[in-house]
Amino acid sequence: MEAFLNQLPIGLSIGAVLLLIALGLTFTFGQMGVINMAHGEFIMAGAYTAYLLQDLTGRMAVIVALPVAFLVAGLMGLILERTAIRHFYGRPLDTLLLTWGVSLVLQQLARDLFGAPNVQVQAPTWLQGGIGPLPYNRLFIFALALATVVGIWAYMNRTGQGRRMQAVMQNRQLAAVSGINTGQVDQRTFFIGSGLAGVAGVALTLIGPVGPALGTYYIVDAFLVVVAGGLGQLRGAVIAAAGLGLLNSYAEFWSDASLAKVIVFAAIVAFLQFRPQGLFVLRSRALT
Amino acid sequence: MNLARLKGPGVFAAVAVLALVVAPLLLEPFRLGLLAKYLCFAIVALGIGLAWGQGGMLALGQGVFFGLGGYAMAMHLKLVDAQGDLPDFMVWSGVEQLPALWKPFANPVFALAMVVIGPMLIATVLGLLVFRQRVRGAYFAILTQALAAAFVILLVGQQGLTGGTNGLTNFFDLFGQDLAADSTQRGLYFAVAIATGLLYLGARQLVNSRFGRLLVAVRDGEDRVRFLGYDPARVKTVTFAISAGMAGLAGALFVPVVGIISPALLGVVPSLELVVAVAVGGRFALAGAILGAVVMGYAKTSFSEQFADGWLYLQGALFILVMTLAPKGILGLAASARDALARRRTARSGDPEPPPADAPGRRVMEEVA
Repeated sequence: MEAFLNQLPIGLSIGAVLLLIALGLTFTFGQMGVINMAHGEFIMAGAYTAYLLQDLTGRMAVIVALPVAFLVAGLMGLILERTAIRHFYGRPLDTLLLTWGVSLVLQQLARDLFGAPNVQVQAPTWLQGGIGPLPYNRLFIFALALATVVGIWAYMNRTGQGRRMQAVMQNRQLAAVSGINTGQVDQRTFFIGSGLAGVAGVALTLIGPVGPALGTYYIVDAFLVVVAGGLGQLRGAVIAAAGLGLLNSYAEFWSDASLAKVIVFAAIVAFLQFRPQGLFVLRSRALT
Repeated sequence: MNLARLKGPGVFAAVAVLALVVAPLLLEPFRLGLLAKYLCFAIVALGIGLAWGQGGMLALGQGVFFGLGGYAMAMHLKLVDAQGDLPDFMVWSGVEQLPALWKPFANPVFALAMVVIGPMLIATVLGLLVFRQRVRGAYFAILTQALAAAFVILLVGQQGLTGGTNGLTNFFDLFGQDLAADSTQRGLYFAVAIATGLLYLGARQLVNSRFGRLLVAVRDGEDRVRFLGYDPARVKTVTFAISAGMAGLAGALFVPVVGIISPALLGVVPSLELVVAVAVGGRFALAGAILGAVVMGYAKTSFSEQFADGWLYLQGALFILVMTLAPKGILGLAASARDALARRRTARSGDPEPPPADAPGRRVMEEVA
């Protein structure tokens, strides 16, 4: 029982990290049907932003980096959307391959710019230590994920921009004939979605080293969160991320790390038997 | 007219002569071995071409099936080399008794059967579970990718059973032949080349059959096919299983040719690389898959020999360019060049005769792209 309880915060903090990453994906994949394999590299860009800011700001780098990384990763996403992805709407499988090419280039670029070995970002001193089994840095990530969810919820439901975004998601053509500039909404969505990856990258510097392949460790699991949660569903992503995080940590605890991933995979396939479109489904009369 | 009909078989015969007569005569053993390796990848690519190009299922985890076939073969070779003892890597990992999973692989018939049956079985189960629930498109792609990621972690973690990160290597004996001998390697090359040719012909036959028509129809309008009373899930599962079987066979051929099977050869990235190769060659024609795999394999070897880091840039850039400018790959470019040439010729001669009718497959692929 004690082991069970000890595993709980570990699982939830894995879930919080997955959620931060998956939130960005929910925007780009869920709302626009764009499978962005370069999302992992936007995470990496966010992490390196924190690393670079360290020279200027010292131990406060992580805090200062949060907004900066959002801008950096968001701009990278915007450039990608403008130059390439724009031409690929409606071809989700092709965007997957295209953005994988982008991700290869970005990884190699990071290797050339920062070197292949991992680098470390110093966490602020007040994030060292913890309460009981809960280290402060994990709690910080937890709070960050929570704040991000609330922020996104407010943006989607309480601002005109967010409502227009939802309209485009529900029915692009109807939104367009209602006078919404869908191209502009797409750009904004991509900017925010990619920016969130940057924020996730900064959070990751708190729990591990930063390397050119940082994003690749998380991207597959993050995609699974979106799949299990339902496309473009905020609630779904939150529940799926927590579930996947907990499942991961308990599976690792009861079997071993190598079997855990197989168990998680089997669980997802089993879950899709009951909910083939994820936890929450956007109701629509359209037949794909 | 007759000439045009002969063109397909003519090209096939020319490539067969090139592969079976010219290449073995001209290439030194090392280069011939490399070509055999590319052809192993070409067999996997052929399966991807079938599943993705014809069936619209973007399978991003073919490395799993390649690995299952490869490991089945490698386990057998290891057991033969060990001659009743434990395979060397198990001794190093402190395993004392041969694991039950390994025992049946001492039998060559069982091992060879598992090379194809294992992958097909797993693909069938996964396909039934996933396609029945109409999980498709991007969802399917992500699931297969997650499978590849999980499989690699499993292989690395079960050190005593699979050799961990190092995989299985150091084979000496292939069905009584010395594996290192030039004659064995040459024979293996012929085996791989002939297998590639036969599988290509088989896949082509499949695509041109009623089943193939149905497969393309499922790709282009799954719901419409269902409304007509067919079961798209079955069509997709069968195709996915066939492509998995091809990948398994390719893995089994790869092991004696290259002499190693390890997790690094079959994870997310190698699986994706093969999908890229299919896209580069031309995904809508089966020949494009083979062409792409050989071209990309050759490009990778020759570029990484000269500048290792540049290859990743080049691969990434090539990929971005192919997807944006030529989504139909090399074969698509060749086809449009031919069309442009033909159009110019008819324009110059002032002949109002319409351009020759497209092959039936071409029109479909224009609509999709």
